[in-house]
Amino acid sequence: MGNEYWAELSGVKKRFGKIVALDGLDLQVRRGELFSVLGPNGAGKSTAVSLMLGLLRPDSGAARLFGKSPLLVEPRRQVGVMMQEVTLAPELRVREHIALVASYYPRPLTHEEAMAITNLSPLAARPYGKLSAGQKRQVQFTMAVCGRPKLLFLDEPSVGLDVRAREAMWAALRQLVRNGSSIVLTTHYLEEAESLSNRVAVLNKGRLIASGTVNEIRALVVRKHISCSTVLAADQIAAWPDVESVTRDQQRLQISTSNSEAVVRRLLAADSNLQELEVRRAGLAEAFTELTQEAA
Amino acid sequence: MNTASFQNPNAFESPKPFEPFDDSPLAGVMTTARLLRAYLAEARFECLRMFRVLGFSIPFLVLPAALYLLFGVVLFGDAVRSDPATGKFLFAAFAVFGVMGPGMFGFGATIATEREQGLLTLKRALPAPAGSYLLAKLLMTMLFAFVVMATMIPAALLLGHLPLTFAQCARVTAINVLGSLPFCAIGLFIGTRVSGKAAIAFVNLIYVPMMHVSGLFYPLPKFLRAISPLWPSYHLQQLVFAAMGMTFYGKSAVHLAVLATVTAVLTALSIRRLARIG
Repeated sequence: MGNEYWAELSGVKKRFGKIVALDGLDLQVRRGELFSVLGPNGAGKSTAVSLMLGLLRPDSGAARLFGKSPLLVEPRRQVGVMMQEVTLAPELRVREHIALVASYYPRPLTHEEAMAITNLSPLAARPYGKLSAGQKRQVQFTMAVCGRPKLLFLDEPSVGLDVRAREAMWAALRQLVRNGSSIVLTTHYLEEAESLSNRVAVLNKGRLIASGTVNEIRALVVRKHISCSTVLAADQIAAWPDVESVTRDQQRLQISTSNSEAVVRRLLAADSNLQELEVRRAGLAEAFTELTQEAA
Repeated sequence: MNTASFQNPNAFESPKPFEPFDDSPLAGVMTTARLLRAYLAEARFECLRMFRVLGFSIPFLVLPAALYLLFGVVLFGDAVRSDPATGKFLFAAFAVFGVMGPGMFGFGATIATEREQGLLTLKRALPAPAGSYLLAKLLMTMLFAFVVMATMIPAALLLGHLPLTFAQCARVTAINVLGSLPFCAIGLFIGTRVSGKAAIAFVNLIYVPMMHVSGLFYPLPKFLRAISPLWPSYHLQQLVFAAMGMTFYGKSAVHLAVLATVTAVLTALSIRRLARIG
């Protein structure tokens, strides 16, 4: 039943001419989660989000927003949106843009309240056209949250932000999720998805190739990385079973292996003075690369 | 992460926390009053923004009255004094010219540009009330038409010495404000079909011939007179003549029907295209 999910695609197929954009995709967004949709260019991320927002209609299958058709305005009144490529009227002031978007919602924040929350008040009277790229993104973020939406769709929200502004936006997103909102994030910054997401979906060629928590996705890649200071030679270790690659980074050896326990045991046996041993799992970026390469 | 905030790099004040969202069963339901407010906000900000674009507002607001004064007072003032019909003809010509521009350019060029810039997609994704975007542009154009008339009528009465009654002034204003609709529809039709840069060229391609071939500014030779009823500006001008108590060609009802048909057909085609393609 669709109502337990705030946004849902079930068995959605979508073609653009001869190109199959989505090929029987199932996605569900639940209450209170930050859900990242990842995939290489052309994987179908934007199409999936456009279908959930009612900007496109599926060829077959169904898209639902709060259990209803996203073509209806009522479910969209519980949604905030931040798009990647949009140019807003440069002549309108920041507060006017926010007041306009707030007017679309039943019980929004006032534009003063919204700007106070996102610390945009000092720019309230500034014409939008006079803002920097990062400040424009902050205005768009404020527009996305001013309607007090349950569900936010954010497309590459931190592009153009400096490090501090980006970290502040991340903190804001975490707070929204803690308050019970859900966020659907599409991003090319895997670091962003890794840092924020409760759940990740990896798309490739219009299909879902993996989904789960960040840790579950990382665990799909069996390879682990061992790092240590040792007198052992790199080419000697490279010849051991299950070792995929060995590189020397100054005094430290970096070993990639699919069987870290066996390699660590052998390392400790071979070098009793071995120091600074670290074993880490593949990061999301690495898992993403591997998953999408496998599927290609 | 207990100091969750979104900080402007230029601001260091302590942030306020986000309020929880509205979780009531009526979360997506708008009252009629709020819905009306949304339509008004869209119209208000559209007008505000177009008045602030000086490259748009100054030519379209000032030029009709300025040109009328140049031709109707400075250059041909003597002829107008001896024959008030000439004065009324020039007034009607520049009044119709004054409402053509905001409709065609305000709709055509801006819609084409805003489509390209993703603004229409954003409005569709946001819960903007149905039709509010187009309605706002329509109201903006009608307001421009009203301001054009509000500048031209005092100029005509005080400097052009035109013998117009209050009722005639009111009728001409009403006809011209509503008469901007078919030009909005032409602009909308172009704006929903071509790119932002091409829209200005396409609008000019219709705007300039329409100004001349519809007989707006001068009586046409006989062979051109036959095709002047093809242009909406011809019909609007005849209605303006009628409103000022002048003789005019054809019947008012036919002119009204032509303008209404142009508006309805082009608007319907454009809305269908916007709904299908965006």
